[in-house]
Formats: sequence, C-alpha cells, structure tokens
Amino acid sequence: MAKVELKNLSVEFGAFKAVNNVNLTVNDGEFVVYLGPSGCGKTTTLRAVAGLQTATSGDILFDGQRINDQTASERNIAMVFQFVSLYPHLSIAENIVFPLKARGFKRAEIARKLDWVAEIFKLGDELKRFPGALPPGTKQKVALARAVVRDPAVLLLDEPLSAIDEQFREEMRWELGHLQRELGVTTIYVTHDQREAMSLADRIVLMNDSQIVQVDEPHNLFFNPNSIFSGQFIGSPSMNLMDLKPVSGGFRLGDSSIVLPEKIVPDVVRNSAIPVRMGVRPRDVKLVDEPPEFGIEVAVEDVFSVGRERYFSFRVGDEIAQGIDVRSTSTGQGRNVAIRPEGLVFFDSQTGNRIASKGTDV
Amino acid sequence: MTLTLNQTNKPLVPLKKKSSGRLMILGFLSPTLAILLFMVAYPIFSLIWNSVHQFSALNLNQEFKYVGLENYTYLLSDADLWQRFIFTGKFVFVCVSIQMIIGIFVGYRLQRSFRGRDLIFTLLMMPMMLSPVVVGFLWRYMLNSEWGIVNYLMSLVGLGQVNWLSQTTPALFAAAAADTWMWTPFIILLATAAFRGIPDTIYEAAEVDGASPAYVFFRVTLPMSAPVLFIALILRLIDSFKQYDLFFALTGGGPGSSTETVSFAVAKRAFNYFYTGEASALAVILLFIIIGLSMILVRHLNNMGEKN
Repeated sequence: MAKVELKNLSVEFGAFKAVNNVNLTVNDGEFVVYLGPSGCGKTTTLRAVAGLQTATSGDILFDGQRINDQTASERNIAMVFQFVSLYPHLSIAENIVFPLKARGFKRAEIARKLDWVAEIFKLGDELKRFPGALPPGTKQKVALARAVVRDPAVLLLDEPLSAIDEQFREEMRWELGHLQRELGVTTIYVTHDQREAMSLADRIVLMNDSQIVQVDEPHNLFFNPNSIFSGQFIGSPSMNLMDLKPVSGGFRLGDSSIVLPEKIVPDVVRNSAIPVRMGVRPRDVKLVDEPPEFGIEVAVEDVFSVGRERYFSFRVGDEIAQGIDVRSTSTGQGRNVAIRPEGLVFFDSQTGNRIASKGTDV
Repeated sequence: MTLTLNQTNKPLVPLKKKSSGRLMILGFLSPTLAILLFMVAYPIFSLIWNSVHQFSALNLNQEFKYVGLENYTYLLSDADLWQRFIFTGKFVFVCVSIQMIIGIFVGYRLQRSFRGRDLIFTLLMMPMMLSPVVVGFLWRYMLNSEWGIVNYLMSLVGLGQVNWLSQTTPALFAAAAADTWMWTPFIILLATAAFRGIPDTIYEAAEVDGASPAYVFFRVTLPMSAPVLFIALILRLIDSFKQYDLFFALTGGGPGSSTETVSFAVAKRAFNYFYTGEASALAVILLFIIIGLSMILVRHLNNMGEKN
C-alpha cells in the first residue's frame, strides 16, 4: 500500500506533450480512475507511474519518496494491460506465480500464495491449462491474479476490461470493485468508458488534451462539472449547450426565439460581461402537456422509448437538443418542455470554465 | 394434410459421374506426377537398386552383380568410414552450436530498430549468397600457413604460425569457422524474426513482474521463440551434416582423408574410384539419416500448425 503523488509531471514525445504538467495525489488504498477520450494522455500517465515510460519532467512519489529513477521492476507495482499479456508458453499457475519466481520467493510461499489467489479468483480448474485455451475474460482474470499475487503497493490497470465482451465485463467490473476494497490496495485505473469510471472510482480524474480537467467524486463530476468539457464528456446523451444572449426580461437561447426568464439565471451570469453558455442535462428536461413555470415552448422533434425512459429531441433555434423523460405522464403530444432549474450550469463560453450553476455561484 | 414431403433423396443438382471427376483430377495432376516420378522416385529407386549390386559406372562391361546387403555390411564394418561419421559428427556439433549461440546472441541484440539496421542485415546476408566452394577457396587463401592473412595477423600480435589446413583438428575448426561465417547470418535472421514476434506487452509485463533481463531472456524470450529456433537448428543440422563442397575446396579432404565428411566419402567412392554400387549404399545410409532429421522437423512444423 502506498500513497502516490504526481508533481508537475510531464511526458513529451519529441514536440508532442502527451502529459502536460499533471498534479495529483492518490491516497493510500484509494481507487482512482483516469477517464478521458483516446489520446488524452491517461495511459501515458499510468505508464509513467509504472516506470514503463520515462517522465520528461516532474516527480513521481510513492509514500513521499521520489521513484522516477527506479525501473518498473524496482517499483513495487503490478499492472494489468489492455491487451492480454499472459506468457503463452506457461500454464495458468506458472503465469500467476511468475512475479514471485522472478523475485526469488521461497517454494512454500509461492504455493501458499497460488492457493490464495486461485481461491479468490476461482481459478482452480484452470490452473493447469494454457492461456491460449481460455476466453478473453478468464485471461484478464488470470492477469489480475498475477498482479495481486505479490501484494503490490500500487495496482495499475490499463483498460483491463475493454477487450472483454459486454456481459462478462459487467461481472468482472463488479468483482474488481469488491476485490480492490477487500485488498485495500492503492489502485489507478485507466478507461475511456464513463460507466466503468462512475461505478468503480472513489475519485475520477478527467483528462483532456494531456491535462487534468477535473478531479472529483463520480457524483460531483456528474452534478458539478467544472467546465464545458466535463459537462459534455460525462453523461449520455451529452449535456445540451446553448448560448445565452441578454434581451429585455431575460436571456435568449441561441438563435431561437425562446427567452429564459431572468429570475432563474444567477446574478453572476446576469452581470457577466463575457458571453455565457448554458448547459442542461437531458435528464433535467422533461415533456409536459401544460406550460410549466420554468418551461419553454418548443417543437418536439422526435420521441422514442427505451424501456421505461423516453428519449426525445427538440429544436432550440437551429440546434437540436435532447431530453430523457423518466416516468412522465405526458402523452408527448404537447409542445412543452420543462427544465429543472437546479440542473442548469453556466459556462464562460470563451474559456469553457463554469461560472455558476443554478443557485451556487462559483 | 396438404403437406407432403418429398421422400426421394434426389439432390437438386444431379451429381456428375464420379469417374469423370477422378479422370479430371488425374489429368491435372499427371504433369506434376510425371516430373516427380522421373526426378525423384526414379533416382531413389535406382539408387536403392544400385546399392544392392556390385558394379562401376565407369566400366559397364563388368557384370552388374547382385550382392544383396553386402555393400552395406562392408561399409558398416569399415573402420575408416566410421572415422568419417565421427569427423562429420564433430563438425556438425562444433558448427551448429557455435552458430546457434552467436546467432541467438546477435539476433537478440538486433531486435530493436536502430539506424542502419537494414544495412547490417543486408551485409550479413552476403556470405550466404556465395557458393560454398567459393567460400572454401577464400578461407583456404586466408588460412594459408605461409602467406595467408590469418597467420599474418597472428604474427602481429606475437602468436606463432599455425598450419591450419594440414592438421586435422585445426582444419576442423577452420572449416567450422568458414561455415559459421557463411551460415550464422541465417540463424541471426530467423532469431531476430522470432524475437520480434514477441509482443512488447509481454516484455513490459515481465518487467513489471520484477524479472531481471537474464530471467526474461531465459524464461520468456527463449521459450517463446523456441519453435522458430528449433527449425533453424534442424535445418542447420541437416545442411552441415551433408557438407561436402566446403571441404572439397578448403582442405580437399586432407591431410590424408582425415577431413572428409560422409558426403565427401560418397562423392569420392562414386566419382574418384567409381565404386558405384558401394557409393549408392553409402548414399542410402546418408539418406536415411537425413530423412530421420527431416521427420523431426516435419512433425514439429505440423505440431506448430495445430497449435495455431
């Protein structure tokens, strides 16, 4: 177990900054998930922590000790890779104990630890088989077993579930979460799948363009995005964004004729000299038959049901916005969309930073 | 019940008569078969046929006399021939082990891309493109005890002159050196390809797992590339076992006949002494040894195919 600190960490490939001045503290036993689009630098950060990638500048500290100059095998880490990296010529049992043998553990110790992980991962029947004979999900399970078998200080996981089919992925995700809490091992997990991040993380580190955008608990990240990027990246369908233009009595949405009443816009926004963009999540708009208090009358374009939820789209000027209606009594025939004022977020349209969310000024 | 099933098992498309299909196959195969029969089956059959007769290709008036296995029993009881086998075995062992070790080591060094690697590979390939006879003569001149460059270089560092080609053991090592110079690149090439076939993530996993470079090499790199290295080994075994032309040019089999390989002995019996029957019998023995080695290779290749 260890506390991991990244201080002004940068990794450059020639002129390209893959990781740009990243600062982060991962507490002992914490489960931190790096989330972001492809190529945002999350995997490179992980590889730098692992020692598979040299940091161009900045420090990596384990429990306060700088470990930049240690090789991957000297750092007490374990890693599971995106693509299966089991040794194909070794049996499952030999694969699992490889790190123990490589580090010269005693025979009895090796046997005891093998029994222990085989028990945890229910791999008893597979121990004598070879990786080539196993389905991808089981292979990753073995890779995970190999990672935890020697009590690493830090467990690094690079999109470990992305090569596994949907059904098994769900199951593995659940088991992984449990296992991490049980072992209490400091874990850094990289993924581009927000559902994975949301369900596993103690804290999510959202990255974009080689930089950290927001570090927060999953709940906060969803409800208090600090920027347009956070708001749009988290949640599906994406957050709706509309420009606000001051007019008498309120703000016009985009180039539509819809005017947002002044009283539901926070003071900071009202007094802002900079152009403001408003974000509202699809879950915070719903279909209504009668004009609501904070509603807008719009043309509902399309409605389709997915289970109990109804997805619909509506026009705000030239732009199409989306909404999800849960347990609504509306027939959907109406032309009204109600907005939940608490769900409004306001951004500086130039920097993308949040100015305010309804009621809570920043 | 309006539904009726067609009970006759009549295929929708009528089958062609079987015989015409077979004729067609035979028709297409016959040119190849004819060539194969003429070029492979006939020579082997005549080789075996000759091996149980006593005759000389030079003197066809002499009786083509059936002697059964007499040629074989004579050869196998010939102490000098056993010496040829022992010498060949020594040569094969020295050659192949040196080539494998150097080849694997250099191949391991060359697996990472660097500037000029392709050029190095091209240069390494060049000896392989030469004829063994040419290589033999080249080394013969270099190893000449009076004006050869090898002894000259040795004299520069204060070492004494060696009569490389007129003593059995130095000649063996000289031939092994020439063969190694020529064929190690082949192993390097195959070994590099095998090493490069191992995904980077495997190495990264091993590094994270705390394995030292030596541990990785012996426990990961070597076992994972063993199938390819094994093929290289068998090919080199077969090839060096039937080495003839290199010795022909380098030592001429001398001193005496002490650096003659088994192939050399066959050629000498067949084309110097024209003991055609006896040479055929020896060729058959050689053939069986090489077939034995080839079968290991073929079986191994088949196993590899099944695993993938």
